[in-house]
Amino acid sequence: MSATSTVLAVSDLRKQYGALVAVDGISFELGPNEIVGLLGPNGAGKTTTINMILGVLEPTSGRIQIEGVDIAQHRAQALERTNFAAVYAPLPGNLTVYQNLRIFGMIYDVDGLAERIETVLRQFDLNALRNTRCGVLSSGEQTRVSLAKAMLNRPNLLLLDEPTASLDPATARDVRAKIRELVASGCSGVLWTSHNMYEVEEVCDRVLFLSHGKILLEGDPKSLPSEHGKETLEELFIAVAREPLALERSQ
Amino acid sequence: MRFTRVSAIVLRQFYLLRGSPARVIPLFAWVTIDIVLWGFITRYLNTFTRSNFNFVPALLGAVLLWDFFIRVMQGVSMAFLEDVWSRSFLNIFATPLSISEYVSGLVLSSIATSSVGLLVMLFLAIVVFGLSFFLYGLVMIPFLLILFAFGIALGIAASAIVLRLGPAAEWFVWPIPALISPFAAVFYPLSTLPRWMRSISYALPPSYVFENLRAIISGHAVSTSSLVVGGCLATLDIAIAGWFFGSVYRNAVRTGLIARYSAESVS
Repeated sequence: MSATSTVLAVSDLRKQYGALVAVDGISFELGPNEIVGLLGPNGAGKTTTINMILGVLEPTSGRIQIEGVDIAQHRAQALERTNFAAVYAPLPGNLTVYQNLRIFGMIYDVDGLAERIETVLRQFDLNALRNTRCGVLSSGEQTRVSLAKAMLNRPNLLLLDEPTASLDPATARDVRAKIRELVASGCSGVLWTSHNMYEVEEVCDRVLFLSHGKILLEGDPKSLPSEHGKETLEELFIAVAREPLALERSQ
Repeated sequence: MRFTRVSAIVLRQFYLLRGSPARVIPLFAWVTIDIVLWGFITRYLNTFTRSNFNFVPALLGAVLLWDFFIRVMQGVSMAFLEDVWSRSFLNIFATPLSISEYVSGLVLSSIATSSVGLLVMLFLAIVVFGLSFFLYGLVMIPFLLILFAFGIALGIAASAIVLRLGPAAEWFVWPIPALISPFAAVFYPLSTLPRWMRSISYALPPSYVFENLRAIISGHAVSTSSLVVGGCLATLDIAIAGWFFGSVYRNAVRTGLIARYSAESVS
């Protein structure tokens, strides 16, 4: 993949807290129109990786480039066309849906903001809730607001940390379809974490299995299980979680 | 620095104020109580003076200026605490917003909110208690500027303390003005203080304001050089507070505190 066609380039990324190594020298790339699943058991280093890409956590070593821009040196420029949604980061509950979208739209300096807000409100079926404070919304509605915020600046890099974790199956399917649609219509690359292997198989073009801060496996979610003697992606996930060393040796 | 991003922080504060009387009332309630209380105390004290000394400009003027300083400081820290209470650090700082844009937004919010308190205090002090600002003259402008600058510096420093120590450290913010007031010599001359306290007072910009305020009331000339010292100290304090906030933020990014702020970790 050439530098210009890479949305995200992570090289030798490492984060260490004292003796604990949370992320251990991982490298990967993400191209435009590509959805990559970042998978692994709790504590594998997924959220730590996402936080470093978002610039809210400084790596111990390594390099992160978003569309060729080094986040350590040009943070604001790198994050202008990046956005994220995470189940653990709801938007301020004391502001309405519209107010939150307006404020974050201004922070991202979105052109034609008023029109863009109307578009994302429509896209995520939030029109009826536009004047409702986010704090009184159901968790599913809050997730939709977070996703609407994440789409505001037409991101070229979208980081989604368990975006459908609190959604009912029907809404989750709609959200997956919308994100796929966005990726197909634009040039966004998406880094997606999820514990729902069915979802990952449906959505992701490629997956990275993380365990103890290292990438153990990488490949197509549809063919990867059989390549490692497993029937399903879920079985492979469980194997990564329980026997990471065995999988590491088989590489 | 992009003005749109700075405006977003100010707009956030405006939305919060517009939708919440609980946030609007404190902008003027406490200063109103202070001015009314001290207004009547000064009237009462005036009944005891034989030399026609007027306590209104001495005490009520000092209370007005001190309350203005507190409003400015709390204007910055309250705007910051809104992000603490709504747990929005991750959303705010995972954007292109820079620290200087964020802090500028807090300062502009404070200008707006403290102006409300100042206007209410001026109205009450002038209309109800007959405080005349002609007595102070144009020197009132540097008085307000020095106190404003020091209020901004302390507001930024207090926010940095909360960022460093976690949400529970909000407790540290509120008593800061009370801790400073004995050294700032708001109600008495610096000469009243013991030497060790005076040496601290000389480092505090408000002490230069209040010394000059009393000089005017006693019929003495304003010391321009001491006001310049006060102004320089206040400017230096802003620079130190900005550096302190930046250092705490960089440490929070290094340790991961920003991403897990609500966990109240002080690591």
